[in-house]
Amino acid sequence: MKKILFYFFGMMAFTFSASAQGKPAPDADNAGLKLPAGFGALKVAENLGRARHIVVTTQGDVYIKLDRAVNGKGVLRLHDSKGNGKADVITGFGNYGGTGITIKNGYLYASSNTEVFRYKLNDKNEVINPDAPDKIITGLGTGQHPSKSLILDNDNHIYVNQGAYSNSCQEQDRTAGSKGKMPCPVLNDAAGIWQYSPDKLNQTQADGIRYATGLRNVVGFDWNQQTNSLFVMQHGRDQLFQNWPEFFNEKQSAELPAECMYEIKKGDNAGWPYIFYDQIQHKKILAPEYGGDGKKEGGADAINPTVAFPGHLAPDGLLFYSGNMFPAKYKNGAFIAFHGSWNRAPLPQEGYYVVFVPFKGGKPSGDWEVFANGFSGLTEVKNPNDAQHRPCGLAQGPDGSLYVSDDAKGTLYRIIYNGK
Amino acid sequence: MKKLIGTIVLITAILSFQTAPKKQVPAKPVTNTTAPATGIRVSIIRGQDVYLKQCLACHQANGSGVTMMNAPLAGAKAVIANDKAKLINIVLKGMKGVEIENEIYNNVMAPHPELTDQQIADALTYVRNSWKNKASAVLPSEVAAVRNAGKKKK
Repeated sequence: MKKILFYFFGMMAFTFSASAQGKPAPDADNAGLKLPAGFGALKVAENLGRARHIVVTTQGDVYIKLDRAVNGKGVLRLHDSKGNGKADVITGFGNYGGTGITIKNGYLYASSNTEVFRYKLNDKNEVINPDAPDKIITGLGTGQHPSKSLILDNDNHIYVNQGAYSNSCQEQDRTAGSKGKMPCPVLNDAAGIWQYSPDKLNQTQADGIRYATGLRNVVGFDWNQQTNSLFVMQHGRDQLFQNWPEFFNEKQSAELPAECMYEIKKGDNAGWPYIFYDQIQHKKILAPEYGGDGKKEGGADAINPTVAFPGHLAPDGLLFYSGNMFPAKYKNGAFIAFHGSWNRAPLPQEGYYVVFVPFKGGKPSGDWEVFANGFSGLTEVKNPNDAQHRPCGLAQGPDGSLYVSDDAKGTLYRIIYNGK
Repeated sequence: MKKLIGTIVLITAILSFQTAPKKQVPAKPVTNTTAPATGIRVSIIRGQDVYLKQCLACHQANGSGVTMMNAPLAGAKAVIANDKAKLINIVLKGMKGVEIENEIYNNVMAPHPELTDQQIADALTYVRNSWKNKASAVLPSEVAAVRNAGKKKK
């Protein structure tokens, strides 16, 4: 027992000395991640559950939305009392699963797949009354593409995505040769972004404004403070080969369509389900469900993507970096967490990494690059469930650290810059 | 502590008693006099071919499916169940999301009435005997019976 106490006090002394440095030390193996030179990473916590979106307070505490509540807690709060970067005080509340979480103007917002709640915060950004949130939005549709991401602008609006309950609006969903419904009824109440008031209670979709349409499923989005506009990452449609083998082969079906980043202005239409974006031809292509053959163009009224990534990578997190810790090239650029594909089989899966896109003046200023890799723990992912970790949410810490959540094993990563 | 050990012994005894009859299942094809002894193996090989073309994209090479999206087949009780009719119906009519052991899989499964009785029987025999799954073969006649029953209902 004495020995243990000795050891314990030794550890305490060590951790106190670590906290004095301000910046935590990366794990010896950089938390298993492959990063650019000068960067390091540590695991803030592990085995948290299905950690979806995350937000970091100005005090450095992390709120995590779990896809499924663990022991009745669907929102976790991680606190590092020792300043060594490791969360040692983990509490929770909110007995519901979901994805969305964000903080704005003294409130924490969190979503289930059907509702949005807000919690008043105190001056330390702690939730005052965790068991009595305001229910601001209710009765949202769920099912296929159920998650509800949340972000606020600077004019007192909250944005909520409403994923399409369909792959490509076929008469028979995901079925070979089945034609598209015309017009697509899914667009009436889904496949878009809705804008609501963050202050009114019990709003339904009818109380909101359809801010953008023709977006099949958006999980990662962020409000860009440079452009003062919404940027979204769309999950493109699946199964071009499986449903339309006369027009697409397996390789084309693995690469197409693009996973698109769009800058959204009120009233925009991104074209789903009538078109998809082909990042190889750099064209909006008519969907095969609507008479397309992989070459015919369409979507004259649909906006063009800001960035087009390879198919099926599943962008679940988007963050514009405004911190000062990382080198200058990262300032105002976009980080995207790609959860990783499933619809590339029998070809190898792709994604399972965080990418970076440099921005200048609110526009991309260079090609995208893989920033953080190694989450899957595999050189090649064949089956998605083989991946050890899958990146999902992104958040920026007050010191400019980049946090990444993992909804497979529940690891929270913190990426820091140590270079000169 | 003694109570705990007692309980464990009891549970183990119950479990082994319950699983005991299952172990005899592999010997059962002997009663299937219409098919040669190698029938199930031939069906599995043909079924793998159907699986690669029709099923693998969603259910994956290892039958694990995709968490939160596509249902797993490996280790799934419904796949190895004695109630083959239910399984055949899923292939014929498709499925709209499903909850399996507290896990929700949201993606829609397409119906496959275009496949022949033989193809469906082979594919199901393959998934019932892959990735540590072990169950009796599904016969084309069993697929036909379910298909016809569905037609009569209309």
